[in-house]
Amino acid sequence: MSDAREILRVEKLGKRFPGVVALDGVDFSLRAGEVHVLLGENGAGKSTLIKMLSGAYHPDMGRILVDGAPVEIRTASDAQRLGIATIYQEFNLVPQLTVGENLTLGRQPRRFGFIDTKRMHEQARELLERVGIDVDPRTRVSDLGIARMQMVEIAKALALNARVLIMDEPTAVLTTTEVQRLFTIVRQLRDKGVAIVFITHHLEEIAQIGDRVTVLRDGRSVEEVPATTSEEELVRLMVGRPIDQQYPREASSPGEPLLRVAGLTRAGVFSDVSFEVRAGEVVGLAGLVGAGRTEVARAVFGADSYDSGEVLMDGRRLPSGNVHAAMEAGLGLVPEDRKGQGLVLGADVAENLGLVTLRRTSRGGFVDRTGQRKAAGRVATQLGVRMSHLGQEVRTLSGGNQQKIVIGKWLLADARVLILDEPTRGIDVGAKVEIYQLINSLTASGHAVLMISSDLPEILGMSDRVLVMARGRLVGELDAAEATQDSVMALAVTEVEGARVH
Amino acid sequence: MSTNVLSRQPVMKSWLAENGSLAALVVLAIALSLLSGDFLTVTNLLNVGVQAAVTAILAFGATFVIITGGIDLSVGAVAALSAIVLAWTATGSGLPWPVATVIALVVGLACGLVNAALIAYGKLPPFIATLAMLGVARGLALVVSQGSPIAMPDAVSHLGDTIGGYLPVPVLVMALMGVITAVVLNRTYAGRAMYAIGGNEEAARLSGIKVNRQKLITYALSGAFAAVAGIVLASRLASAQPQAASGYELDAIAAVVIGGASLSGGKGRAFGTLVGALILAVLRNGLNLLSVSAFWQQVVIGVVIALAVLLDTLRRRGST
Ligand SMILES: Nc1ncnc2c1ncn2[C@@H]1O[C@H](COP(=O)(O)OP(=O)(O)OP(=O)(O)O)[C@@H](O)[C@H]1O
Ligand SMILES: [Mg+2]
Repeated sequence: MSDAREILRVEKLGKRFPGVVALDGVDFSLRAGEVHVLLGENGAGKSTLIKMLSGAYHPDMGRILVDGAPVEIRTASDAQRLGIATIYQEFNLVPQLTVGENLTLGRQPRRFGFIDTKRMHEQARELLERVGIDVDPRTRVSDLGIARMQMVEIAKALALNARVLIMDEPTAVLTTTEVQRLFTIVRQLRDKGVAIVFITHHLEEIAQIGDRVTVLRDGRSVEEVPATTSEEELVRLMVGRPIDQQYPREASSPGEPLLRVAGLTRAGVFSDVSFEVRAGEVVGLAGLVGAGRTEVARAVFGADSYDSGEVLMDGRRLPSGNVHAAMEAGLGLVPEDRKGQGLVLGADVAENLGLVTLRRTSRGGFVDRTGQRKAAGRVATQLGVRMSHLGQEVRTLSGGNQQKIVIGKWLLADARVLILDEPTRGIDVGAKVEIYQLINSLTASGHAVLMISSDLPEILGMSDRVLVMARGRLVGELDAAEATQDSVMALAVTEVEGARVH
Repeated sequence: MSTNVLSRQPVMKSWLAENGSLAALVVLAIALSLLSGDFLTVTNLLNVGVQAAVTAILAFGATFVIITGGIDLSVGAVAALSAIVLAWTATGSGLPWPVATVIALVVGLACGLVNAALIAYGKLPPFIATLAMLGVARGLALVVSQGSPIAMPDAVSHLGDTIGGYLPVPVLVMALMGVITAVVLNRTYAGRAMYAIGGNEEAARLSGIKVNRQKLITYALSGAFAAVAGIVLASRLASAQPQAASGYELDAIAAVVIGGASLSGGKGRAFGTLVGALILAVLRNGLNLLSVSAFWQQVVIGVVIALAVLLDTLRRRGST
């Protein structure tokens, strides 16, 4: 921290939505050349706060000062003019456009009035290199996985050369390798005097990257502490109580195999993937971004089709590419992309929670609305969803609470083998423990879980067995006892013979 | 900020936010009753109801489709074709009228199924698939009728009558179809699936909803509703005409959107659609009472459609 000049200051900021007080007097200050972490439970108001700095919302109360002078930030271009760039928690890319087009959106290089595609791709390639991902700028954004989308978002914000860079949970979907790369970039920017606001639910990242931490609780700023504060203390400030055990896995002895996957192959994406999931087990699926974990999970669930191999539930073969058949057989999938694949954003909480069970609870074509609402209320309470009522539109829930809804609807479905793809993305430490407890009770009742996660400690803490994928192949299997960060990472970076090229 | 899941939202405020079109209808009615002494009479209001009936029935069918994020341009043509088929099989070929009516409904349903098959399995955009159906259905109506009106069987024509010399049957049919629409949308699996598909098709698919099959149901309903509308219209005119209901598809879509549905899917209600259809009918009726020229009427109606939807969008934005 070379320069301790204050760039931005927020005083008594408040924001209400119909039925909710999202922010109720937040103070916060940001210096040049620091990484300031915002910490708080799901729904504490972190995203709302930064949206008022980026011009997405306008505060009802309090004021914002930039360089000591009060400012009005009413639109995104106001924010840009003040040198504030934001990476939102929910992505803001145009899925139909290419990566290159997204990266240069609104400022595409022109030649004779036409877009200079060659130069556009050059600029895009430079940005992508900076964040260190290997993606062709001509790829359509809709063809990217969620982690690469996140890296593209980061690249897009870097292009603005802002003085203040706000990052809302940029690491939620990244694996350790990408997180380290991101931190290198963040440190470079910080050393150049850029002020960075950083939101994360991964407490171990705070000491690595942060300088100061502001803790929000129920829409108020409760404390400002140095980033060297112990994790226990941070949890206490955030949740108001200590958490004894982050990973409360209670392993049960595995029973009959429920799901068997044999020789599953899709040309150019994954090949010859075989594994088994037994009753009562939690099987972790680890690997780097782009290793093909999500693709395999989707193929198993029938969301996509595959070229060869087979998927068997209870020894019976499932048809390729048929979600309905997979569900009938007792499979479930919590997808990684909640906005694109998990939620009907414009529908309310009860409706979303009841979506998977809608068919089963219908009688003669008529839905049981009362039963549905009751069940939804039960799960919402179990998961501690922070909302004003069951009729609240899911769009207006905080990111972590939206994620709870995606998990919740599958908990209601009572699938015998539940595939979780990044289940705790964006969920706070307290609520994570609740979800792990629910995983425990699933396996205790003879169900099984296949869990994909980029959060290695989570995989290690919760799995009974760990499968590792690299470049579309299953490269190893580790027992819970022998699996460590190093042993998993060593496998994850395996160079596979004759591997596909991107 | 509470986790109390049982508390309800402030009722009055949200009711107004969701029923902006009803407020518009009331304002319109008050204005017209001040401007013209003839507006607020029972006879005239029932007349408005009759005027609204055909559009409303078509619009109820279109509501299903629009909620799934689709569009159905063929409803006017399918209405005409169904009515022609009824008149032709009954009057022309001498089939008993109940059989002819069932055949007409099946024709409407079949047109809807073809639309859905093209959209769900052929992956055609709904706009194109139903535009093609518009042409085909209108053409077939002309082919079957050889271009001239066919008299409706007397029994069916009573649908255009009034009960006790007072209550017009088309208004009753409209109410019945409205109730069916509301029940399907709110209470049935098919209805809830329509909202999910329109809100996020991929999420719906991954939640185990058979999207293609639900689309078949949706467009089939739209086709069947169009057949009902066609029969009601022909009964009122006492004859089925091959050119009947042309352009009605646009009125139907306008009614749905004025009623608060979103063309991008996931939103829409039966009651809103009814109000939308009534707004259009009241407006036409009022402009006639005020002796506004037919040319200006078109201009005014265009402006009102734009205003109604604009107001609704603004109110929604204001309330979040
Ligand atoms: N547009 C909106 N309408 C109504 N309520 C809203 C809206 N946006 C946010 N809220 C509410 O404001 C509160 C704070 O939300 P916010 O997104 O700021 O939380 P957060 O701290 O970012 O949580 P997370 O860690 O889950 O991302 C939540 O209770 C949320 O439901
Ligand atoms: Mg947030």
